[in-house]
Order: sequence, then C-alpha cells, then structure tokens
Amino acid sequence: MLKEYRIALRNSGLINPESIEEFISADGYQALRKALKSEPLGIYEEIYDSGLRGRGGAGFPTGAKEKAAAVICSDCEKYVICNADEGEPGTFKDRIIMETDPHTLIEGMVIAAYSVNAHRGFVYIRGEYKLSIQRVQLAIEQAYKHGFLGKNILGSGFDFDLEIRRGAGSYLCGEELTLIESVEGKRGYPRIKPPYPAEHGLWGAPTLINNVETLANFPSIILNGAKWYRSIGTENSPGTKIFTISGDVNKPGYYEFPFGMTLKELVFDVAGGIKDGKGFGAALLGGAAGTFASKKHLDVQMGYDKLKEVGLTLGSGAIIVFDDTRNLNDTMLNILKFFKHESCGKCIPCRVGTSQLYNHLVNEINKNHFNPSNIYPELIRQADIIAKTSLCPLGQSPILPLRSLWQNILESNSAKH
Amino acid sequence: MRNYLAMEVEKILSEFPKSKDYLLEILHEIQNKNPNSYIPPEVVQKVAKHLNIKKAQVYGVIGYYSMFSDKPRGKYVIRICASPVCSMMGAENLIEYLEKKLNVKVGETTPDELFTLETSECLGNCAAAPAMMVNLDMYGNLTPGMVDNILKQYSQNK
Ligand code: SF4
Ligand code: FES
Repeated sequence: MLKEYRIALRNSGLINPESIEEFISADGYQALRKALKSEPLGIYEEIYDSGLRGRGGAGFPTGAKEKAAAVICSDCEKYVICNADEGEPGTFKDRIIMETDPHTLIEGMVIAAYSVNAHRGFVYIRGEYKLSIQRVQLAIEQAYKHGFLGKNILGSGFDFDLEIRRGAGSYLCGEELTLIESVEGKRGYPRIKPPYPAEHGLWGAPTLINNVETLANFPSIILNGAKWYRSIGTENSPGTKIFTISGDVNKPGYYEFPFGMTLKELVFDVAGGIKDGKGFGAALLGGAAGTFASKKHLDVQMGYDKLKEVGLTLGSGAIIVFDDTRNLNDTMLNILKFFKHESCGKCIPCRVGTSQLYNHLVNEINKNHFNPSNIYPELIRQADIIAKTSLCPLGQSPILPLRSLWQNILESNSAKH
Repeated sequence: MRNYLAMEVEKILSEFPKSKDYLLEILHEIQNKNPNSYIPPEVVQKVAKHLNIKKAQVYGVIGYYSMFSDKPRGKYVIRICASPVCSMMGAENLIEYLEKKLNVKVGETTPDELFTLETSECLGNCAAAPAMMVNLDMYGNLTPGMVDNILKQYSQNK
C-alpha cells in the first residue's frame, strides 16, 4: 500500500484537535514565530517560490495573490478571509482539516495576514459544518489566550483579530466574491470580476482570500522553505493534495499525496479498488463542476497541467468513482438538478438554461428508446452558450461534466452500437 | 411569539454588535433557539430595527439561504443529501422511506410538529454516503434500519 505524504493534514489523527498544548508540542506556531521575525516581503516571496497553487479549485498561484494584496497599499485597511464554505459534491477535505487540526489553519491565516499587513480576518464556514465551527471557535479562543491572536502577537508588534462567520446553505457562496457579499451580511449574489478581491474585496478594501487547504500548507512552507516544498510533487504542481475519494470504492475517504500520482493508483491502491468485484466505469474529478474521466485516463498524472492537457480538471480534488454498471446519465441528470437548484437567477442564461438542460435530459431519458447521441450534442451546444454568457462560475460549469461525459464515455459507447 | 423566544431574541441581539454584517449570525442563533426552527415576522422586525436595516433585507437573506426559514418547521429538521454521491448510494430510496415513515412529503412537517423533511445538497459526508443531518447533527452510511433508530431517538426527546 502506498504511503501518504501529509503536509496539510500533518497533525490529523496524531493530536487532540481541542488541545493547543498538543499542537504546540508538535511544532505548532513555530512557523508563525519564524515568520514574524522576517519581513512580510520574505513571506510572500517564499510562498510564491514554493509554487503553491490555490486548493479551492481554481489553482491560481497563491503567492501572486498575496503579493497583489500586499503591495496595493501599505497602511490601508485590509482583510484576510479563509474560504471554508465547502459545498462541492464529493469534497470534504476542508472539513477534515478544521475538525482534526484547526490550529494549523489559524497559524496559516496569521502568517498570511502578516505577509499582507491585514489586521482583521474571518473564517467563513458553511453553516452545516457544526463540528468544524465548534473546533475552529475553540481553537481561536485558545490562540487568543496564548498570544497567537490579538494585540502584539508574540511581542512582534503585529495585531490580528480573527472571527468565524457562518454560511447558511448556498453553494454559490463558495465563490470568493459571493462569499464576501455573504460575510457582509447579504444575499450571496456574485459580483462582477474584475475588480478582484485583492483590490476591492470586503467592504471595498483589499482582501486576501484563500481556501482552508491552501492556508494549511503555509506553516510547513515557512518552516521548511520553498525549495523543500518544490521537491515534492511535480514541476507545475508542487506539493501535496488532499484527494477525497467516494462512490464505488472499497475504502472511500480522504488521502493526501504528492501531485503526480495516477488516477489508477488512487482508485486501486489507495482506495482499495472497485466495490463488489466490479470494473472501473468512470470517475468524476472535481465534483459537480468537474469532468468525467474514463478508463483511458487511468494513467494520467493527477496535477493541474497534466489533467488539463487531456481536457480534465482537478478542481477541489474530489474523485467520485463509478463502477461499470452505473448509469451515468442518471448521474448527469442529478448534476444538472444540482445546478438548477443552486443557480441564483441573476443572469437569465443561467437561470433559464440550467432548468432547460435538466428538462431536456429528463424528457429524453423518459422516452422509450433513450439514445444519448440524440441529446448530448444539443445539450453541449446550449451549455456552451450558457457558459459564455454567465456571470459567475456556476453558469460556466455545466458544460464541463456534460462535454466530458459525452466525449470521454458516451460517444465511444454509442459508436459501438 | 412565545414569550421565552422574545426574551431569547433580546438576549441574542444584545450579544452582537449593531452591525449588519452580523445578520446571518444573528439569524442562526435565533432559529436554533426557536422550537419551530424558523424566524417569525415579529423577530424579523426586531432584527431589522436592531441592525437599522429594512425588513425586506432580512427577508431577502432568509429567503436566499436554504438553512433559514420564515415558515414554522418541526423541532427537528431532517436534511437528507440529494447530491450525486448520496444519490448513487441510495438516497432516493431513503427519501421515499422517510416520506412513508413520517407520512409527509419533502418540504412538509409532521402533524405533531416534531419533524420537517427537507433535501439538501452535499453535506460533506460523501465517504459515508448516503448522509443526512437532523438539525445540526450529521449521520452517514444510512440504511432504513438506522433511520428508524435515529427517528426513535429524537421522538423520545420531545
Ligand atoms: S451564472 Fe448563474 S449562479 Fe452565477 S450569477 Fe449568473 S445566475 Fe447566478
Ligand atoms: S454527496 Fe451527499 S454528503 Fe456529499
């Protein structure tokens, strides 16, 4: 069995998540000490050099985001937000970090705040994650008591206040600008980009916003250096990734590995192979807003660019596995229902379009002789228009599972008939 | 509004700064304290006044977020996940099972006001699909037998 390589999950299962003492004795807050002794410039350059990319799904270089927020102005009001509104189907990595090692997240956040000179931050956690909320809340209180949060942190002269904000059930609020609207106490309607949060974020101020897993990588990078981080993973995707594997596998769960593992290794060696002795049918990578991989992709390396080369996405690192007896049209229908349900209705192409995609497919499936070639090319054409005319990532997403399901799986199946 | 809820609302409001970005936090607290798991009109009025915003703004937020409700629900809100992983692992059958067992349709409340049945998108418990929540408690790897036990537990806890 392949051995995991854990960075973001460095303490998960090894320490009591409710004990700051145990965290400290596992080298906790050492990276913060080190960071506070260097210049902020050194911090965001270290992160930049590490090659760390955003783990929420977009894969944007984290250091570049930090630099943008750091240099925009020196003494103005700024904020740091942790995006813990994990709602992508098949994804639960952020929950695991918050439930098993909340202090690593907090340490990452204070380092990030110091690097851009922000003095107030928020962890926006989805309201459904009761245990995450409790654990992070307790950790924040402990961090205040021990001088890792608040005024004059560790005698450095740097101040940083941190609080939790709860979401209330909206997939859209996982998108950074929508999330910012929600932190402001409003409905989660997307804003037009640009301006990006680093220029105009929370209350119009420069805001650094990162995913939980991204921030959980900060302490180790600061402690061990960018070079060390780059020695793990692949050239364009350095470091490790938490993969959450669910569906028809023997051992569903979360696993952290360096980038570059193949899908085959993850499904068969790590997650124990397909259940009930069946064969591999497909894997949906990245959740509802993701792409379907087929058997022919089993040897592709799991990294941002390698996947992109074959038209697939890594997204949040969700891998939903289907055995070869599953009806993927039903799954597609389910995904379209999800988008229809979560569309906020602000742009007409998305509001009308997501319903239409769903209705078209449902009608076709209910006919006696369902033949995917009668409907998928048309669905793809429509989803493409929706993607081009929609404001936020939700409207831009249905095309991904639709096109990949058709091109990678259904088209070749229907050619066989 | 029952009196004790009015008192709870006063207390909750006094614990938050008078700043409208706390709206979601305040609504969560109030709804969790309400035995009917919702935000009544009188409370909307109070919250709006406290934060110095329009009532419409409060209703807008309640209406937008699926966890909030401005209509009475049961003491226990069952949210069963209907997203892809849970669906493929049998959530559909469980929804039917729950509908029969509670004798309500999705979105409805049992006559004794104990349970409201709702569906939800992914709850982040996909490795233990199918999953559901009862209020804020999470359950996974569900079978009809387990659902029976869970319901029994909550029924005893009226
Ligand atoms: S693309 Fe869809 S979800 Fe996004 S803003 Fe437009 S209507 Fe809302
Ligand atoms: S799909 Fe049901 S909990 Fe994730």
